[in-house]
Formats: sequence, C-alpha cells, structure tokens
Amino acid sequence: MSGRALVLAPVWAWLLVFVALPVVIVAALSFSTSIPGVPPYTPLLQEPDAQNYAALVADTYYLDAMGKSLLVAGVSSALCLLIGYPMALAIARASERWRNLLLLGVMLPFWTGFLLRVTAWIGLLRDEGWVNAALGLVGLGPARLLYTDFAMFVGVTYAYLPFMVLPLYARLSKADPALEEAAADLGASPWVAFRTVTWPLSLPGVVAGLALVFIPAVGEYVIPELLGGPGAQTIGRALWNEFFSNRDWPMAAAVATALLAALLVPMALLRARAP
Amino acid sequence: MRRGWFLPGALVAGYAFLYIPVALLVATSFNPSRLTTVLGGFSLRWYAALFQNERLMGAALLSLEIAAASATVATALGLGAGYALARFGRFRGRGVFGLLLGARLVLPDVLVGLSLLLLFVQMEQVLGWPAGRGALTIGLAHVSVSLSYVAVVVESRLRDGGIALEEAAMDLGASPMQAFGLVTLPLLAPALVSGWLLAFTLSLDDLVVATFVSGPGSSTLPMVVFSALKLGVTPELNALATCILVVVAGALLAVLGLQRRGR
Repeated sequence: MSGRALVLAPVWAWLLVFVALPVVIVAALSFSTSIPGVPPYTPLLQEPDAQNYAALVADTYYLDAMGKSLLVAGVSSALCLLIGYPMALAIARASERWRNLLLLGVMLPFWTGFLLRVTAWIGLLRDEGWVNAALGLVGLGPARLLYTDFAMFVGVTYAYLPFMVLPLYARLSKADPALEEAAADLGASPWVAFRTVTWPLSLPGVVAGLALVFIPAVGEYVIPELLGGPGAQTIGRALWNEFFSNRDWPMAAAVATALLAALLVPMALLRARAP
Repeated sequence: MRRGWFLPGALVAGYAFLYIPVALLVATSFNPSRLTTVLGGFSLRWYAALFQNERLMGAALLSLEIAAASATVATALGLGAGYALARFGRFRGRGVFGLLLGARLVLPDVLVGLSLLLLFVQMEQVLGWPAGRGALTIGLAHVSVSLSYVAVVVESRLRDGGIALEEAAMDLGASPMQAFGLVTLPLLAPALVSGWLLAFTLSLDDLVVATFVSGPGSSTLPMVVFSALKLGVTPELNALATCILVVVAGALLAVLGLQRRGR
C-alpha cells in the first residue's frame, strides 16, 4: 500500500541512518588504529586489527572500570527497587482520583533536569553541605560524603527512580486486589499474601524496572564524574576520557562496543519480559 | 489491615527523598550568603547575577532554539512511527523497526553520543554534509533520541482507542487521508503536545550526546553548566536551576490543564 509506504519510508530512513548505521561504524572503527590527523584514525576496515580489544583485556584499568560500573548499576537498581516498589504499590492501591496526581509527583523531578538534580545532591553532600550540617547538630561528623561511592549510589538511585516506579505501577495496577484479599480470607498473613500473590504477579514489572535502571546506569558518565570523585573510574568515564582526553577514537569505539555487548543480555531480558 | 501504615509511610518517605534535595536547592538560591547552609534573609542577587552572565544567557538561547527545532522534527517523525506501530499490524520488518526505536530509549548516552559523532564525521567525508559540527548536528542527534519517546507516547494513545471512530469515518465515505486528518489527528493532539514537550525537555536536558556532537562555538546550556559545576556549585547555578524548575513545572501544569479541558 502506497499510503503506508509514505508513512514508513521517512521513519525507516531515519532509523537506518541515525540509529543502525552509527552502531555499525562504531564496531568498524574499533578495529582501526589511532593516527594523528583529521579524522584521527586509519580508514575504516583497511587492515582491520584487534589490538584495541587486546588492550581492553590486557589492561586491568578497563576491567576494573567495568566492574565499578556494574557495581554502581547493581547497587543503584537494587536501591531503586527497594524504594520504588512500596511507592508503586501504594500508588496502585490509592483511589482512582489520587493515582494520576501521585504518579505525576514521581515524574515531576524527572522533568526538572538531570544536571539540576545532581547539583542538588552536591549541595547536600559536600563537606559544608546540608547533610553534614544536620550531622553537626546531633554532634556527629563532618563526614566525607561527596566524591565517594556512596554519593554515586545515591545520585544514580535518585536520578533513575522514576524508571523503576512507572513499569512497576503499570504492572501492579493491573493486578486484581481481590486476589490478595482472597488469600487473606483463606488465612494468609499480609506478608504471605504479598509473597505468594502480589510479588509473583508483579515480576515482569520488576524485571522491566531493573533493566530500565541498570542499562543506562552502567554507561552513566555525569554522576560518577560529579559525585564520584577522581578515583571512581567507571566504564562511561573510561570511554569519555579515551575520546576527549587521549583522543584515541578507535580505543573509545572498542570500549563502546564492549559496553554494548555487555548490555545485550539485560536488553534482551527487557524485551522478553517487559509488559 | 496490619500493613495499613506501611505503604503510605513508604510513599511519604519516597516523596521526601525525591523533593527535599530540590526544595533545599530552591531555598539556597534565594539566600544572600555565599555559604549555602547559612540561611538568612531573602535576596534576588543571584538571579541578577544570573541574567547578567552573558555566556550562560547565550548558551540558554542556543539550547532553546535547538530544543524547539529538534522537538518539532521529532514529533513529525514520531507521529509516523507511533502510527505505524499502532495501526499497521504486522508489517514487514516490524521487529527490527521496534528494536531500533526501542534501542534509543535505553542505550547509555555515551554510546549514542560517540556513535552519532562518528556517523557525522563519516558523512562529512563521504557526502560533504553536514559540514563541520555545531547546532545542526546537535539538533539531528536530539531528534534521533527523542523520536523514540514521541513514538511511544503516540502509540500508547492510539492503542487506547479511536480505531472504531476511524473505521466509522471511512464507512461513511471518508478516504483514509480524510479519516486521518479529521479523526485521528484531533484525537492525537494531546499526545502530540506532550510528545513535543517531552522531546523539548530531553533536548534542553542533554549534556553527554551534545558534548560529543558539538563543535567550537556551539556550547549548549548544560555544557556551560557542567563545566561550571566541575569547579563547584555556585548560588548562581542554584538560581538557574530554580528558573528551569519554574518554567518546566509551569509548562507541565499548562499541558495537564489543556488535556483535562479537552476531555
């Protein structure tokens, strides 16, 4: 049908040129060599060479960075689940009239800007910041909070919490509360009813939420850079430095390709289990 | 129920976690002292300093232009993409189509930024376009990210209903084009407005992708803010954040009001 083709053609063209092709170029570039010049690399796919990948595996710097990234993403997505699940459940159980307003309350900080939210945490966590001022009032501290792993965990959790709450809410609001009531009528304690009825029904939402937080958090650059301090080398920062500081584009491409490969598993999980 | 207090408590704690940092930031921006935790008095001096900062204002203007242009293109393309996903059934290549659209929603920014920069460099070598990098390449990059978000908004709105109305229009003799223009588009108007605004804020908010694909002389607002932040938070930046907060919250409430009246 020509009408359909007319709608689809520009979108297909855009997706192929601006989404698919760039990934192919990154993969191709990861096999070339850095040289001085414009652009600073040997022509793509002439004498392909896996030396960048050899360096990636040989130098513990990259493996450590990947480990750090997985740690940050893992801890933060767990924290998001811990905070987000009760919130999503409470919103799903609220009366019809309140639900949209409560959901909007979760979304609003997401709309106010990413850098802004990180800025707020710098103000809270720095040595003369709000948290230390509060600690001082009760005779504690001052504690070093900013530029620590703790600051990174909190920052990533804060930034990505809405991505956890929304899919959980979507799933929980579909579950029939009568099921849990039936379990209670049959003698289940609230905890048993939750564990055997509500939690299993919400699992697809849990998987989607975890993946939606975990995947972007692994590649996160800004939060480790601003809250994590110089020692907190994550894979996102490694890629950034390879590109902007070392000007080694092929190496940056190799890091990017490895990062993408590592993310394929959670991405496939998300596609398979998402509601 | 014994759990009666637990869920509301968790909800309140969650909102406190979300809002206290922002509230403190807003409070600090009106504080005359440079020491952020010493609250005393009310002052607009940081706002005055902000509006006299030409570098920040220039970057803000550039960011607004890029955001408006890229949101408009993304909305047009996202309308096509979302319409295809909701109404075309199992068209050929639908799996790949959905995968490419979905990939942008989750891929880390550093990956998107690096891959798009390399695309632009290769395109310039092969086609001679785009010549150099700057506002144009930032805009193109932002379209390719926010297109996916608009498509999701449009698709979910179309899935909620409307197909019966379109079919009725066609039964009554409307051509598919007429049905689209007279029935589908008005139905989609609120989704298009929220899609456009989402694309607009995503563009305004983006630091990482823009840094990769920008050129000399084209620093967007987040790029200027980020380089300032690396040196530490100033009250001026808090004032800027408060301004953005007010504008975004205002726009959001306006859209909600529009949607409510439209029902």
